[in-house]
Amino acid sequence: MNKSVYDSPKQVEDINRHILTILVDNEPGVLARVVGMFSGRGYNIDSLNVAEVNNKNLSRITIVTHGTKEVIYQIQSQLMRIVPVHSVSNLDKEDSSVEAEVALVNMFINEKNKKDAFQICDLYRARKIENENNTVIFEIAGTSQRIDTFIKDISKITDIEVVRSGPVAISSIQKNEEEE
Amino acid sequence: MTDNITGAEIVLKSLIEQGVEVVFGYPGGAVLPIYDSLFKQNSIRHILVRQEAGAIHAAEGYARSSGKIGVVLVTSGPGATNVVTGLTDSMMDSIPIVCITGQVPQHLIGSDAFQECDTTGITRPCTKHNYLVKDVNKLSSVFHEAFSIAANGRPGPVLIDIPKDVQFAKGNYQSSKEVKIDSHRLFEPKIKANDQNIEEATKLIANAKKPIFYIGGGCINSGPKASKLVTKFVEETKAPATMTLMGLGVIGANNKYSLGMLGMHGMYEANMAMHECDVMINIGARFDDRVTGRLDAFAPNSKKIHIDIDPSNINKTIKIDVPIIGDIETVMNQIFSSWKNNNYKSQKEDLIKWWDAIEEWKKVDCLNYNQGEVSIKPQHAIKRLYELTKDKKTFITTEVGQHQMWAAQYYKFEEPNRWLTSGGLGTMGYGFPAAIGAQIANPDSLVVDIAGDASILMNIQEMSTAVQHRLPVKIFILNNEYMGMVRQWQELLHGGRYSESYTDSLPDFVKLAESFKAKGLRAKNVKELDDVILQMISSKETVIADIWVDKEENCFPMIQSGSAHNEMLLNKYQKQDETSAEKGKVLV
Repeated sequence: MNKSVYDSPKQVEDINRHILTILVDNEPGVLARVVGMFSGRGYNIDSLNVAEVNNKNLSRITIVTHGTKEVIYQIQSQLMRIVPVHSVSNLDKEDSSVEAEVALVNMFINEKNKKDAFQICDLYRARKIENENNTVIFEIAGTSQRIDTFIKDISKITDIEVVRSGPVAISSIQKNEEEE
Repeated sequence: MTDNITGAEIVLKSLIEQGVEVVFGYPGGAVLPIYDSLFKQNSIRHILVRQEAGAIHAAEGYARSSGKIGVVLVTSGPGATNVVTGLTDSMMDSIPIVCITGQVPQHLIGSDAFQECDTTGITRPCTKHNYLVKDVNKLSSVFHEAFSIAANGRPGPVLIDIPKDVQFAKGNYQSSKEVKIDSHRLFEPKIKANDQNIEEATKLIANAKKPIFYIGGGCINSGPKASKLVTKFVEETKAPATMTLMGLGVIGANNKYSLGMLGMHGMYEANMAMHECDVMINIGARFDDRVTGRLDAFAPNSKKIHIDIDPSNINKTIKIDVPIIGDIETVMNQIFSSWKNNNYKSQKEDLIKWWDAIEEWKKVDCLNYNQGEVSIKPQHAIKRLYELTKDKKTFITTEVGQHQMWAAQYYKFEEPNRWLTSGGLGTMGYGFPAAIGAQIANPDSLVVDIAGDASILMNIQEMSTAVQHRLPVKIFILNNEYMGMVRQWQELLHGGRYSESYTDSLPDFVKLAESFKAKGLRAKNVKELDDVILQMISSKETVIADIWVDKEENCFPMIQSGSAHNEMLLNKYQKQDETSAEKGKVLV
């Protein structure tokens, strides 16, 4: 439950994965403040995503992390102490948010494995990206879990090189007015 | 809006508009334009220190003793890195500070220029917020925002890094009225608490059989009215109250409901009462590890109410039953009206039993010591200092170590803002510069830095500052030639192997004082003690009083690391049980 050096009461809470979406002022150093809070206080970042939102003065940072309910609450309130942070939402609740991630997969294809590989790409609706060097690169989007299974399946057939973006998420219940 | 003044002039103008009277600082290449503007005006007084660490601790002492914001002005590179300890200290103890640092001109940033460092990068985790100002037209709005952030909500340090070219550039000045600060940038501090939680809290307090108030430095930050309200409510409920190191003075030490300090070197009765209580009312404290001891044995049978302005303090280490987020002064008013509206009364019968138990614990007389005929017991030195200064308006600062704990135990504080100590960070070398700051804020008061022989040497160069500015600060050194607290831990946990905790070649403190044209006094035995204290406090000069105390004395009572509140050691003949001692050894 806590970071104290002293023994704490037995942990009974489950550790779960959470997606935090953090709206911040788009100013220099803001990412360092957010990331520094995680490393300084010993929390883990599983993935991190930053982009401007429609309003150019704001950015959205999406962080996937894990921890007990208390740890996540503590992370949220520590984030709120950072001056340029507007809001922190936890998109962990079932059916209340939609998440997606993009992966680019470079495949080493030969005549032997070509058919099977393309079949799997078809199955997962991965899209082939044409490029000047004629290498076989597929793009796949979806939940992290879906990308995981795709990678697992395709790895059985061919050697691959993967780059993943880490997930972003959006609440599927209420509209966020701050960005309008 | 005023047009076309230089960045340096904007800095001064902003400070004046913010009501700053004193700046603590040290000049250097990257702040010369600001020092030039400082030279041309008369409304702000500059206190030249001898090392930047002294500047920021002095600003902390100034802020904590006056309730104002402390302002620091230092140069780039080493000037900035030397204030890092003080920034961290004020972050931990929630002291409002605005620190201005010079920076190399923008075209040199990133080139490893002379006296360049990444000041905002280095100070990011140890400030509430920091700025690198690249546009002279934004300088005034940054200053106004910085002052608001430093003082608002839970106070803390804010740093403004200004490249030299921005100090020279001409730009517009905006007054604080023209600057609009987005509310989220002030943490949207919640001042008024949720009424439902207040109702829940007062109900718990009214039905408590063994309540205890656990009071921290937040009450002092909320202002003197908050301390009065807290005292009034404690008296209304007739429940015992204990204070943290940072909270001493919120309730007068001689108030009959006060149990004194709690925690690692707290009072036996305070810690026992914390352990046995059924309702704990935490007002402005943060369950620091020095207070809680072993967490799984911390007040095991209690419901906990926690009043704090910073939501991140709730459930940080201890699970809270009733969280109340708000400013203490406002919250105490809300609690009072709820208490009255519901016509609540404390459980009289139960409280009588509760106080009986506490009286039993008090009989242990945990602060007793045996002052012999010759050598001075450090406890006795503090006790005499208290007796001989209690009728004056006295400010006490301390360094860190045994002397700090003895000061907290034996000096009785009747009012808030009179006790300045480095609680969270535990910075040796804090006390003397802090005393300088406190003396500047309170020129007619008595300011005493209770120090150890090791700590005082960490910022002894500030003697020169004190003498230059004719500050009659008193340094009261409990000299045992050891880093006493280090030695105590080595004795308790490392088989008495006093590795590097003895200070050889200490200076002759009397001659040292005289070399700075200050006054030096010495007490070698108990007969000389009172006379030295009296001479010290009646002097108009800066004084070092070198008090030779018993070298082997240890600080008790003590909850050793890894132990619980009800497992206190009362004297050196008691031992911690072995398993928790082994576990405790790895802790701080």
